[in-house]
Amino acid sequence: MDPTIFLYLSSGLFLGWSLGANDAANVFGTAVASRMVKFRTAAIILTIGVILGAIVSGAGAAHTLSKLGAINALGGAFMVAFSAAAVVAWMTITGLPVSTTQAVVGAIIGWNMFTGSVTDYSVFKTICATWIASPVLTGFFSYFLYKGVMKWLEKSKIHIIRLDALTRIGLVVAGALGAYSLGANNIGNVMGVFIGANPFRDLHAGVFEFSGLQQLFLLGGVAIAVGVFSYAQRVMMTVGASIAPLTPVGAFVVIISTSLVLFLFASEGLEYALASIGLPTIPLVPVSSSQAVVGGVVGIGLIKNAKNIKWSVVGRIGLAWIQTPVIAALVCYVFLFFLQNVFGQTVYNPSEYRLSNQLLVHHGDAVDAKALSAVVGKNFTTSGGLKSAIDKALPDLPYKTGLKLVDESLVEAITVDPAKFAALEKLNVIEPERMEALRSLSGKTFTYRWELVQALADATPEWKLKEKTVLNKPYNKEIQKDLDLVMDAYVAKMK
Amino acid sequence: MDKSKLRLFHTTREVEAHFDSFLDTVSQGGIAFRSAIGAYLESTGNGDLVAKLQQLNELEHKGDELRRQVEHELYTLALIPDFRGDVLSLLEDLDCLLNVMEETMVSFDIERPAFPQELHADLRQLAENVSMAVESTVLASRAFLRDIQSVRDHLHKVMFYEKDADRAADKLKRAVFGSSLPLAEKLHLRRFIDAIDKIADESEDVADWLAIYTIKRLD
Repeated sequence: MDPTIFLYLSSGLFLGWSLGANDAANVFGTAVASRMVKFRTAAIILTIGVILGAIVSGAGAAHTLSKLGAINALGGAFMVAFSAAAVVAWMTITGLPVSTTQAVVGAIIGWNMFTGSVTDYSVFKTICATWIASPVLTGFFSYFLYKGVMKWLEKSKIHIIRLDALTRIGLVVAGALGAYSLGANNIGNVMGVFIGANPFRDLHAGVFEFSGLQQLFLLGGVAIAVGVFSYAQRVMMTVGASIAPLTPVGAFVVIISTSLVLFLFASEGLEYALASIGLPTIPLVPVSSSQAVVGGVVGIGLIKNAKNIKWSVVGRIGLAWIQTPVIAALVCYVFLFFLQNVFGQTVYNPSEYRLSNQLLVHHGDAVDAKALSAVVGKNFTTSGGLKSAIDKALPDLPYKTGLKLVDESLVEAITVDPAKFAALEKLNVIEPERMEALRSLSGKTFTYRWELVQALADATPEWKLKEKTVLNKPYNKEIQKDLDLVMDAYVAKMK
Repeated sequence: MDKSKLRLFHTTREVEAHFDSFLDTVSQGGIAFRSAIGAYLESTGNGDLVAKLQQLNELEHKGDELRRQVEHELYTLALIPDFRGDVLSLLEDLDCLLNVMEETMVSFDIERPAFPQELHADLRQLAENVSMAVESTVLASRAFLRDIQSVRDHLHKVMFYEKDADRAADKLKRAVFGSSLPLAEKLHLRRFIDAIDKIADESEDVADWLAIYTIKRLD
């Protein structure tokens, strides 16, 4: 084991610290600020929830971080995590709630710019949409939910002490669940880039097994917990007290509205459930809990008196949302320059991109193969180089198709090594029939990743993706998950 | 986990019960005060009055204890953070009503003001109005804890009984000073009429504060 890996890991831990210090406010900010839950109690619940979420459910989420896939050098991963962490830490010190995910995406864009890799600029659209959709939707929900709850309370005539107890239990339960999902969904952001260079080995103690990945995530979870304990109070007070005064019931309504918006507008499970009983689905909207919770507080503030809302604070928060990804990208770009040129670290391993005729055939009529004939077979060292060559030859090509062509032109030379079968089988995730298909390709080498995927699909229908519909989504996702496991086994991600 | 949850609800029930007992005690204090005045005016011997005094004294002690207990629970369990201050003031004020009623009755026992027979009916009426004002304050306080919308329904009654008490006190004092009693006795009787009327005034003060707490809670 190379000890320098721990040096690199430190930036992931820094990112974990920042996440804990900032995003804890999404879960417990209103509860702590309304004095219904003591900060210490909240911090303990958060710690347990986050670590459990990271270890138990984190592994599933981490593999879906395809956005991070392109970073292929530890130095680059270190700087991406570090820049994102630095920006979020700065926002935390100024007490502003921001989205850690957006900081990470910003930093990755900085890496892409520095290394000449292609960036899918539609992520900008997605991020801009979150800035508006999350607070507006949550504000709307909390406004009407609060009115409804207050009406109900008037009628139900609950004793003030009982209402207090019920609200407290509600806040703690919602907070614990929120902490669990915070850990499960964000551990990928914190530790995802280091999965490829995990220094931990699996541990066995009788029937218990503690995998290396779980140990890595435990470390990340501990970093998040330290962030919560050491610095989370400031952002919590901004969210729960500085924007507008909040009653305990209001605090609870904000948390419920945030969860409801995340569930209704970002849950593929709900989309599938609605589609499977023939109902129209609610369109999936990109939402972020950091932004949703602010909208929720403003929504309740509007009911009471719009003058109670400190719009200057809201404005500062809004500005911080825009600054976060932009500054993360700039910081990452500048720091990568220093890391590479002053400290002589590798931040990017050159790759080979080559557009092949097979790929054009694979795409069929969607791409004009003739126009691209000049590009086919040429070697490019960066995805950006290939992308601009394609754009030059075929300016009318849809943006997404162009990106897909570039992605699929990465030369990876994957050899299906039979020695890895045992490890894959041990995961106990991939179905036997799919494993069988993989075995049938033993020893073969594939230049491109898509060729392996194609070969697997040809070997058994079990590996074949179904048509893209809402109802087929979970099935396709499952195949994708298995494919990710296979690719992880055969492609060295990080050098 | 289950145990602590049960414990939480158990504590909630206990605190609720303490609140209710406290309000019961204040309400009983009002009734006891009215009957103590009646007993004083009727008493040829002393038996009834002593029993009533004893009762008021016990209620006052019980009220003090319950108030302390509820205050302790509110603080140690950090309950109702947003209205804790208001609820504490309310408890203090209500307890103060109980104290004033008890003190007034003790003064009656010590100083034995000699109300002429023709003033007895008016004095009873004054005590009745005061007792009703206290009762309405207790009802408004109960509503504040349980049914905030109906606080107003009780508050206006407090104001009404206080006005009535003022009128009765006024009438009594005019009658006292219009009589041929010696001045020293007139002043002595006036002091007692004022002391009884003051209980209604204090009820009104509690009601005024309660109106403000209610606005805060409804906001």
